[in-house]
Amino acid sequence: MLEARDITVRFGDRRVLDSTSLHVGDGEVVALLGPSGVGKSTLLRVIAGLLTADGGSVWLDGTDITVLPAHRRSIGMVFQDEQLFPHLSVGANVGFGLRMQRVAHGVVAARVAELLELVGLPGFAGRQVTKLSGGEAKRVALARSLAPRPKVLLLDEPLTGLDRELHDRLATDLAALLRATDTTALLVTHDHEEAAKIADRVVTL
Amino acid sequence: MAAAVLLAACGNDDASNGSTTPGTTGGTTAPAAITMVVYDSFPTADTPLNEALAEFTADTGIAVRLVTAGDAGTMVTKAALTAGNPEGDVMWGVDNTLLSAATDGGVFQSAPTPVDFGDVCENNDIASFADHGIAPPATLADLLLPQYAGLLVVENPATSSPGLAFLLATVAYAGEDGWQQYWRDLRDNGVEVADSWDVAYYERFSGAAGGEGDKPLVVSYGSSPPAEVVFADPPRTDAPTGVAAGTCFRQTEYAGVLRGTKHPAEAQQLVQFLVGERFQRELPLTLFVYPVNTDVQLPDVFTEFAVVPDDPFEIVPATIAANREQWQDQWNEIVLR
Amino acid sequence: MAGSVERDRAALNRLPRWLVPALAVLPAIGLAVFYLWPLLTLLQRVVQPGSIGHALSAPGVARVLWFTLWQALASTALTLAVGFAPAYVLARYRFPGRRALLAAVTVPFMLPTVVVGAAFLALLPQSWHGTARAVIVAHVFFNVAVVVRLVGAMWAVLPTDLTAAARTLGASPAQVLRHVVLPLLRPALWAAATVVFLFTFTSFGAARLLGGAANPTLEVEIARRATQLGDVDGAAVLSVLQLLVLAVVVWWSARWQRRAAVQFAGVGAPRRSRSRAERRWVPTVAAATAVAMLTPLAVLISRSLRLGGRWSLAAWRTLGSAEVRPGISLGVDPLASLVTSFRLAAVATVLSVAIGGLAALAIVSAHRHGRLLDVGLMLPLGTSAVTIGLGMLITFDTAPFDWRAAWWLIPAGHALVATPFVVRALLPVLRSIPADQRAAAATLGASPLRAWLAVDVRRVMRPLVAAAGLAAAISLGEFGATTFLTRSGRETMPIAIARLLGRTGQVPRAQGFALASILLVATAAVVMVASVLGERGGASDA
Repeated sequence: MLEARDITVRFGDRRVLDSTSLHVGDGEVVALLGPSGVGKSTLLRVIAGLLTADGGSVWLDGTDITVLPAHRRSIGMVFQDEQLFPHLSVGANVGFGLRMQRVAHGVVAARVAELLELVGLPGFAGRQVTKLSGGEAKRVALARSLAPRPKVLLLDEPLTGLDRELHDRLATDLAALLRATDTTALLVTHDHEEAAKIADRVVTL
Repeated sequence: MAAAVLLAACGNDDASNGSTTPGTTGGTTAPAAITMVVYDSFPTADTPLNEALAEFTADTGIAVRLVTAGDAGTMVTKAALTAGNPEGDVMWGVDNTLLSAATDGGVFQSAPTPVDFGDVCENNDIASFADHGIAPPATLADLLLPQYAGLLVVENPATSSPGLAFLLATVAYAGEDGWQQYWRDLRDNGVEVADSWDVAYYERFSGAAGGEGDKPLVVSYGSSPPAEVVFADPPRTDAPTGVAAGTCFRQTEYAGVLRGTKHPAEAQQLVQFLVGERFQRELPLTLFVYPVNTDVQLPDVFTEFAVVPDDPFEIVPATIAANREQWQDQWNEIVLR
Repeated sequence: MAGSVERDRAALNRLPRWLVPALAVLPAIGLAVFYLWPLLTLLQRVVQPGSIGHALSAPGVARVLWFTLWQALASTALTLAVGFAPAYVLARYRFPGRRALLAAVTVPFMLPTVVVGAAFLALLPQSWHGTARAVIVAHVFFNVAVVVRLVGAMWAVLPTDLTAAARTLGASPAQVLRHVVLPLLRPALWAAATVVFLFTFTSFGAARLLGGAANPTLEVEIARRATQLGDVDGAAVLSVLQLLVLAVVVWWSARWQRRAAVQFAGVGAPRRSRSRAERRWVPTVAAATAVAMLTPLAVLISRSLRLGGRWSLAAWRTLGSAEVRPGISLGVDPLASLVTSFRLAAVATVLSVAIGGLAALAIVSAHRHGRLLDVGLMLPLGTSAVTIGLGMLITFDTAPFDWRAAWWLIPAGHALVATPFVVRALLPVLRSIPADQRAAAATLGASPLRAWLAVDVRRVMRPLVAAAGLAAAISLGEFGATTFLTRSGRETMPIAIARLLGRTGQVPRAQGFALASILLVATAAVVMVASVLGERGGASDA
C-alpha cells in the first residue's frame, strides 16, 4: 500500500501542496483529479522521489521511503510526454529498467517481447522511437514503466495530446491492462470521464 | 577613410623608425643612417665601442643604429631567412662556425671581413672549487668525471655560437664517431643547457661578477677572466675565474655588408671603420676578444689574464659546412630530449 | 528553400549589379595572395625530390610526432573530464554569479597562448617547467571553455524528465549518466573533443614556453627547424604533414558527429538548486571552477611583482629600459613592443573588419559563388599559425614581391587569422535583415544604395564592433605567424614575452611576467568591451 502523509511543497513563497495526504491500496487504481496548477504532478514527483518535499512523508508497504532515492523505490512513472530515450530502440527502451538491474539478456528480451505483446505492439522491438506515432509512443512508455514490475505505477496525464477516438481506445486498453497486470496505480488527469473509465476510485485535489 | 589615415600614419612612422639620425629631413646632401645587426651580447650603449661608433658618425655624418637579433646562431639563421631584404645594412659577429650558413644563404653582398678572434673554452669559478677542495677540470675528458657532476652549463649549439664552437671542440676531440657518446656521458653527468651565452654566463655561472648563477663551470671564452678583473667591484688584482686550456676551440668573427642594403657605400665605409685601429682598440676590453688589426696594442690586463691555448681544437670549414645542421640536430636529440 | 531567405537575397540583389562582384574582389585577392599562394609555395618545397625523406629521417621527428599526438589526446581527454562538472552546473542551475563564472571560464580561451604559458610558468613549480605535464595542464585550462560552451549548450536543452524517467526505471545517478546523458550529449562531446584536439595538436605558444626543448610539439619543431636550424625545407614538410593530419581529423570527426547525432525535443532552462545535496555541491563546483580559472592569472600578476623572494616594483619600473645589464640591451624593449603590438593590432583590425565586412556582404548577396568565398575564407582557420607564417616568409622573399621588411606584412597575417571570425559574426545579422525594411526605405524614395546604407549598415554596426574587438584580441596575442615575420627591433608583445621568459635572470623574467600581465589585461579588456557593446546591440534590436 502506498501512502503520502501531510505532504507540503513550497516553490519560493507559493505553497503548491499544503499537508496533502493520500493512500492507494494494493492492486487499486486511483485517479487524482483536479484543474491544472493544483499540484497533482508535484505530488507524483514527491512520491516518485524526483522532488524533495518541504514536509511530510511517503510510505510504501509500511516502510518510510521519504529519503530513499528515486531509483531504489521501485515506483514506476509514465510521463506526460512519454520521455522515451531517443537514442535507444523501442526494445531497448522497454528493457531499460531490467538492464539497469543487470538482468540477463535473454530474460530481458523475453520480458520486452511479452510487454510489447501486452500493449499491442508485437514485433516493434527493433523500431526507432523517433518514428513512432503518438499512440504507439504512449504504449511503449507504458510498457517501459511496467517492465521492471514496479510496486506502484504513477501515470502523469498519460493520454493527453491524442485525438478523441484514439484517446478513448487507449483509455479502455489502459484500464484493462492495469487490471490484467494487477498493478497498483495512481493516475493524474483533469478529465473526469477518463478518470471514471480507468480508476477504481477518484480523488479530487 | 579612417583606415587610410591609419595606414598612412603607420607607414610614415615606420619609415622614420629605421633612421634615428638627426638630419634625415634635410635635402639632397642628407647623410644616410645605417643599421648594424649585432648579437645579444654586443653593447648597444654606454661603452667605448659605442663611443667609437659615435665618432664614426661625427666624422662621416653616417648615423649607426644597432639592432640586436638574438644570439649569434639565431642571428645568422634569421639573416639567411631574410637574405636580400635584410634587417640592417651591416652584420657584426658571424663566426667561422656559422660562416658557411651565412654565405650559403646569400646573406652578404661580398665576402665578409674578419674582425676579431678568440677561443671558446670552459671557464671555472676558482673560489667555488677552492671551497670544495677539488681541482677544476683541465680537459674535455675531465668534464666527464663524477666530481664535476651537475656543475657545468653550456650553450645550445643551435642558438648560440660559443655553444656551437664547444660542440665542434668535442667533435674534434672525440671524433665524428665518438662525439655523440661523449655528449651522452656529459648529459648523464648532469650538464645544463642555456639558450644563449648571455644567459649561461651571467645568469647560470657562479663566477661572473654580479651573476645570480650557481654553476661553477661554464662554456665561455679564453678571454673572459680579464673581463672579471676589469669589472670587479671592489677592484682586484687576480682573476676570479680560470680557463681550462684543453677545452678550447678557435673562433674568428666576421663583419660584412648585407646583401640588399640600400646604402652599400655607407655600409662599406662602416665595415672599413670596424677593422680600423680606432674601433679595434676598444675590442679587448669591451667584447673581450682579440682584435685582428695588428696595430692595436693589447692592454696589460688583457694579456695578463687571458688564456691562449697552445693547441686549440679545429675543424676545417668545409667539414663544418657539410655537417653543422646534422650535428646540431643529433646533439639536440641526445642532450635535450 | 525558405521563401524569406529568397526575398532577402532578392532585396540585397537590388544593390547595383556591378557592386556584388566588386565587393568580392578584395577578399578574394587577399585570400589568394596571402593564403593560397604561400600554401602552394610550401607544397612546392615539399614535392622537391629528397625533401620528404630528408625531413622525416631527421633525428627525433618520429618522437615529435608521437609527443604531439599523445599530449593532444591526453589534453583532450582531461579537458573533457575537467570541463564536465562546470558545464553541467552552468547549463543546469541558476545561481548568483553564474554569468560572472561563465565569463571567468571563457576568458582564458580568448587569452593569447603566450599569456597562458607565462601564467603557468609563474604558477607551476620549477620542477614542472619543460615537462609534458606542464603543457597538458595549461592546455586543459585554456580549453575548458570549449567544453563548457559546446557541451553546456546541449546539456541546457536536454529534457530533465528524460533523466527523471531513467531514475524511476531504477537507474542510479551513475547509470543515468552512462546510459542516458552521455549518449545524448555525444554529438556535443565529439564536437568539443575535435576542437580541443585541433587546438592542442597545433599548440605553439604555451607548448613553447612550458614544454621547453625536451617536449616540442610539431608546431614548436617546425619553428625550431626554420628559425634556429635554417632548415626551411624540413619545416615545410612538417607543416604539410600537419595540414594532412588536421584534414583527416576534421573529416573523420565530422563523420562521427553525423552518426552520433540524436534528435530530441524539449528545452530545459537552468533551474535553481533544489535538494540539500545539490545546494551543497553546486556552489562547490562553481567556487572550485572560479578558483581554478582565476588563480593562474592572479599568480602571473603577482610574480611580476616579486624579485629575490621580496615584493618589488623593479620589473615594472625598468620595463621602459631595454637593458638587461648596463650596455647590453637584448634587443627587446618591452614598452616599445607594447606600442608596436597596439599599432599592428589597429591595422590588423581595420584590415580584417574591412575585408571581412566586404566578404560577408558578397557572400550574402551572391548565390553560388558566395559559398565558395565563404569556405575559402574559413580555410585559414584550419591552418596552423606557424604554417601561415612560414608560408608567408618563404613566399614573399623575391622581388617584386619581397615584402619581408614591409611593415604591413604582420598585420596582413593577423588579418588572415581574424577575418573568418568577422565574417562569422556578420553573416547571421546580414541574413536576418528583413527585406521589408529595405523596401520601405526604397518606397520613400531612397536609391537602392542609400536604402542599403540606411538599413543594413546601422543594423550591422554593433556586431561589427564585437567582431572588431575579437580581431584586435587575436592580433594582440598572435604568436605563431609572428614568430616568422617579426623583425629585430620591432618585436610584438608575445615575441618580447617569450624572449624575456626564455631567460633565467630574475629581472628579465619578472619583466616577462609584467609584460604578460599587461597583455592579459589588454586582451581581456578588449574582448569584454567588444562583447558588452555587441550584446547591447543584440538586445536593442530584439
